[in-house]
Amino acid sequence: MTISGTAGAPWSCAPAVLRPVPWEMPSTASRASRDRRTVKAVDDDARLLERLRAGDEAAFVALVAAHHDAMLRLASNFVSSRAVAEEVVQDTWLGVLRGIDRFEGRSTLRTWLLAILVNRARTTGVREARSIAVGDAAPAVDRARFDAAGAWSSPPEHWVEDAEERLGAAALASQINAALEQMPPRQRAVVTLRDIDGLDSDEVCAVLSLSQANQRVLLHRGRSQLRRALETALGGS
Amino acid sequence: MLLRGRPMVCQEVVELVSDYLEGALPRGERRRLERHLAGCPHCTEYLAQMRETIRLTGRLVPGDFTPQMREEFTELFRRWREDEDEPL
Repeated sequence: MTISGTAGAPWSCAPAVLRPVPWEMPSTASRASRDRRTVKAVDDDARLLERLRAGDEAAFVALVAAHHDAMLRLASNFVSSRAVAEEVVQDTWLGVLRGIDRFEGRSTLRTWLLAILVNRARTTGVREARSIAVGDAAPAVDRARFDAAGAWSSPPEHWVEDAEERLGAAALASQINAALEQMPPRQRAVVTLRDIDGLDSDEVCAVLSLSQANQRVLLHRGRSQLRRALETALGGS
Repeated sequence: MLLRGRPMVCQEVVELVSDYLEGALPRGERRRLERHLAGCPHCTEYLAQMRETIRLTGRLVPGDFTPQMREEFTELFRRWREDEDEPL
C-alpha cells in the first residue's frame, strides 16, 4: 500500500498486511509496547551504532532500515507530503551523522532519533500538527448504544477470537491503516508510537512534548477509534 | 469497614479502559472499574476488544526499505564522509 507524494494522505506507508506470527500480549498495554521492540532489536542497535562510530557504511544503512518506517510515519504527521517527509528523515540522519558522538544512551536510540526528527519536522513543517483542543472529541462509543442509566443497550458483539479468520490479515491491516489515516495528526502519532513503534508513555511524551495526561487522552481516543473501525468491519454495529 | 465508591456504569467504563490498561487509574477508580467488570459481560467483552485492537495494531508490518532507499542513504553517507574528509 504505497502512496503518491501529492494528493491524498501522505501518511499511509505501511503495506496492507499483518505480521504472520502474532505477538504475545502481556496484561497491560504499557508493558506490551515496551516488549514490542525486542531485546534483540535494541541490542542490534547498540552493535550497529558502535560500528557506525567506526565509520562502517553498512552499519549506517542497517540502522536507517531498522528505523525508517517509524521515522517516516512520524515525519508525515508534521509535513504535507511524503516527499517532504522523506527529506526530513534524510536531514535527520545527516544531523545524526554529524553529531553521532552526542548519543549518550540515556534513552533508547529510537527515542533519540525520533526526538531529533520531530525538531526538524517542526521547523520544516508547512502543516504544523495543529493543537487539537484536547477537550473536545467524540465519545469512545456512540451514546445511542447506552440506555438512560448508562448501561449497554446495544452491547458489543463477540469477535475477538475470529477477527482475522473472518476478515483476513490484509483486510484487517487495511482497516487499521484507514482508521489511522483519518485521525488528527497528534492522535495518530501517539497511537503509532505506542502501539506500533514500541515506545513507552514517557518516551512518547518526550518525543512529542506532551504531558502524560494529554498523551493518555490522545491514546484513548486513538485506540477507541481503532476499535470502532474493527467493530464496523466485523459487522458488529 | 470499607467505604465503597458509587458503582460505575458501562458508559463510564468505556471511557476508562485505555487508562486502565495503562495502569493509570487511581486505585479507587480501578477498583470500581474491576468491580463493574466482574458483574458485566458486555464491558468485559469491550475490554477484550480493546486488547485485541491493540494487539492487531501492533502486528502491522513496517513498510519496505526499498533498494532505492538503500541507495539514497548510501549516497548520503558517502557525501557526509567526503565532507568530513575535506581539509578545513
